[in-house]
Amino acid sequence: MTPEQAVVSVETVSAIIDGLEVTVPKGTLIIRAAEQLGIAIPRFCDHPLLAPAGACRQCLVDVEINGRAFPKPQASCTMPVENNMVVKTQNTSPVAAKAQEGIMEFLLINHPLDCPVCDKGGECPLQNQAMSAGRSETRFEGEKRTFEKPINISSQVLLDRERCVLCARCTRFSEEIAGDPFITLNERGALQQVGIYENQPFESYYSGNTVQICPVGALTGASYRFRARPFDLVSVNSACEHCASGCDLRTDIRRGKTLRRLAGDDPAVNQEWNCDKGRWAFKYLTTRERVKSPLVRGSDGELHEASWPEALAAAAAGLKGKRVGVLTGGRLTHEDAYGYSKFARVALGTNDIDFRARPHSDEERDFLAAVVTDLKTSYLDIDKADHVVLLSFEPEEESPIVFLRVYRQVRKRGLLVTSDAPIASRGSQKLNATLVKSALDISGLTSQSVILVGERAAEVEGALSAALELAQSSGAKLAWIPRRAGERGALAAGALGNLLPGNRPVADSAARVDLQSAWGVNSLPTTPGRSTAEILSALNDESLDAVVIGGVDPMDISVDALNQLLNTFVVSLEISHSAVTAIADVVLPVAAVIEKSGSYLDWRGSARRFDKGLEDAELRSDVRILSMLADEMGAPINLPTVSATAREIESLGSWDGAKPTMNKRAYVAPAVEEMTLVSWRFLLDLGTLQLGEANLAGTAKEARAHISSATAATLGVTEADLVVISSDLGSIELPVSIREIADNLVWVPRNSAGSQVIPSLGFASGAVKVAKR
Amino acid sequence: MADEAKSFSQQLLGFWVTFATMFKKVNTVQYPEVKEPTAERFHGRHQLNRYDDGLEKCIGCELCAWACPADAIYVEGADNTEEQRFSPGERFGQVYQINYLRCIFCGLCIEACPTRALTMTNEYELADDDRAKLIFEKEDLLAPLRQGMIAPPHPMYPDSSHLNYYKGEITGSDPSQEPGGSK
Repeated sequence: MTPEQAVVSVETVSAIIDGLEVTVPKGTLIIRAAEQLGIAIPRFCDHPLLAPAGACRQCLVDVEINGRAFPKPQASCTMPVENNMVVKTQNTSPVAAKAQEGIMEFLLINHPLDCPVCDKGGECPLQNQAMSAGRSETRFEGEKRTFEKPINISSQVLLDRERCVLCARCTRFSEEIAGDPFITLNERGALQQVGIYENQPFESYYSGNTVQICPVGALTGASYRFRARPFDLVSVNSACEHCASGCDLRTDIRRGKTLRRLAGDDPAVNQEWNCDKGRWAFKYLTTRERVKSPLVRGSDGELHEASWPEALAAAAAGLKGKRVGVLTGGRLTHEDAYGYSKFARVALGTNDIDFRARPHSDEERDFLAAVVTDLKTSYLDIDKADHVVLLSFEPEEESPIVFLRVYRQVRKRGLLVTSDAPIASRGSQKLNATLVKSALDISGLTSQSVILVGERAAEVEGALSAALELAQSSGAKLAWIPRRAGERGALAAGALGNLLPGNRPVADSAARVDLQSAWGVNSLPTTPGRSTAEILSALNDESLDAVVIGGVDPMDISVDALNQLLNTFVVSLEISHSAVTAIADVVLPVAAVIEKSGSYLDWRGSARRFDKGLEDAELRSDVRILSMLADEMGAPINLPTVSATAREIESLGSWDGAKPTMNKRAYVAPAVEEMTLVSWRFLLDLGTLQLGEANLAGTAKEARAHISSATAATLGVTEADLVVISSDLGSIELPVSIREIADNLVWVPRNSAGSQVIPSLGFASGAVKVAKR
Repeated sequence: MADEAKSFSQQLLGFWVTFATMFKKVNTVQYPEVKEPTAERFHGRHQLNRYDDGLEKCIGCELCAWACPADAIYVEGADNTEEQRFSPGERFGQVYQINYLRCIFCGLCIEACPTRALTMTNEYELADDDRAKLIFEKEDLLAPLRQGMIAPPHPMYPDSSHLNYYKGEITGSDPSQEPGGSK
């Protein structure tokens, strides 16, 4: 039961179902009350998270109120329980049983005998309930209605119309939950079918959920089609590595290969939903060539395979006694990030560690250490909010489950949403968001309001201070929602220059002494560490000698990042060959998510643990490798396994001494240039973790340059004409979309096909030239 | 005394049985020089059948693997495409393995097969000196191409659908189904 169901009215009603008395809150549907008694009424259209539809009629039961019986069986999924109600299900009423049998016979008349080739076979509610509630033999001798099949309603969802039982779960989900009513029931009678609009494909970020909730095999995923049967699969609980929403997932594995992922069931987080990226983007692991054994650069300048002792010795020789920086990236588990953090402090004797592989600022570092470590805002606060403020944050693109939560309240009770986005994205339109210029223009917040700040706030000086000011002055709840899954965990693990594990400030000697005694070391570095950008420039001017890099794509940081690594000793811990492994001196292979255990901290700071999916995987987690490397360097960190690391984190606890205070900066509105580029990432784009999944990429939004009609008139372009956006470094060329946006702004997606902003232009936002092509 | 006489006569009786057997028809077969035909419904090695134009009947549905009490069958399905068609309809069995170290020749897989793709032959000579050789792959199990059959992949019979195949209406191949044949 979700918390909000718990606070619904306490008024209860009692009824008798199959001779058993049940007392439920007023408004409970008969089918739910029966579930509480352990009585299963067959159903297709009913879904606890969707509005009742009464579409399939499979759940017919006999109902009697105050001694008067309904003349015909009633649908138990649409009728609430009332006092003095007597319900007889198929178990006690022959009439209800016969009615259900009849409905099943009708449903099967036009249902093809596809079970042997249908993906749903073996886990199909229609198959199961036809056995339990249907007739044993068919009486139908005519021709079944057929349709052309299957049809692609998007590149990743296939529709077999003749299998559909018209339960409308998919259309109701798309409209009620996702807010993308791109599919609907067309035609009438026997020809009724699910269809898409002529000009609008089913390009919803949540379309995979319709495949999961389809009670027959009418909607199937293109990537899983014909791949396996349910009995082939081994299911493991897993956590999603794609964003900080924190979804519970189920991963299905056949013979050491991930075949599909499904949304898990966590009422406090993702309910029963997830986004298409979390569901379908898992082939990145098999697409790029994996690093399988350690590599060491030889005297000939080439990388050669090496044994573990050789590689660890080479890495230790290059790091020991040197001035070293550590870049971890935002995709690590909490335990792995802790490994890097302890390795930097104990083995390398430095605080030069930073998890932020993206545009960042010193203000953000202060904000993370002083404010974010204490935040306790949760999904429940969004459910109860009177006003949600989005600052430098596009929930649908950057944390899709947060979007679903906000959208649910917008739809249910018209929740007020305000955003500081420069342009109304589709997500903002669905949320009916009011756009303002900055946090300074927002007023009227109460202690019930929620302010959600995204990672892009670091790109505008003073934006985080303004957000904090807004929260403090109004008492509103604040949350910081990064895009990547590992950032909140890395923060808790102290993978940041001014913070030690467990929120201990580097500058606080009491906190250092506390950690020293816990770790059993004599001293810890006292100088606050450098940021990612400072580490890179220090490597470049040789005030640092070497660097240890986790899963970082240098292009996410800046266009120069890779060049800055060229003349330095690089130790890379990677899963696949990448731009960093190509220039590294020692490459140490590590396990990917499915091959290791661990946990991710979501934006709330709550952990979701997951176990190793592939039992016979040979590679080890980053923390294990770092522990071996530290041993080799003679400064052990004693973290032999992930579970030992988790125990150490647990026993270390969180710092309860004095917190650093946030040194607030004044908000500096971005300089008004003739033309300024603004951007954020789409959920589905050219991200590394989406490689190799063409069906998913097929539903990514098309990259377009959004400009105002006045700008378009000045440039002399109309909709879909090409424009060239250029900086000193390079240019990108995109078709135009004329939208409501300030005249001096141009918005483009940050990392989509044809629009990779940082590699092409050298920055994520700033002054550009726009011209007609 | 009487006991001894009885014992002697019984011994004679025993020798008589031995002696008389020498004149009976022998059951011994000089295998492997001589091979006796099996019973008509003997459960021997499996075979994956074809339609009369050579397309495979197997649709990769895994019902045989599901039915198998010894977990001896492994199947992976895949999509037929217009360029690469192995069976009528959308789906075919891309990987098909039977492990004869496990198979108990019960025939439940044959009962489960919805397209009659899997049947059993009378072949019983399945011994080998290498365990790996006793995992039969799809090419070991597929029925040989008979007269008029074309080796897949090739298109379906002109102007037909998978339903025509299922109803047994395809009785041979058409030259246009040959590799490089006109559509």
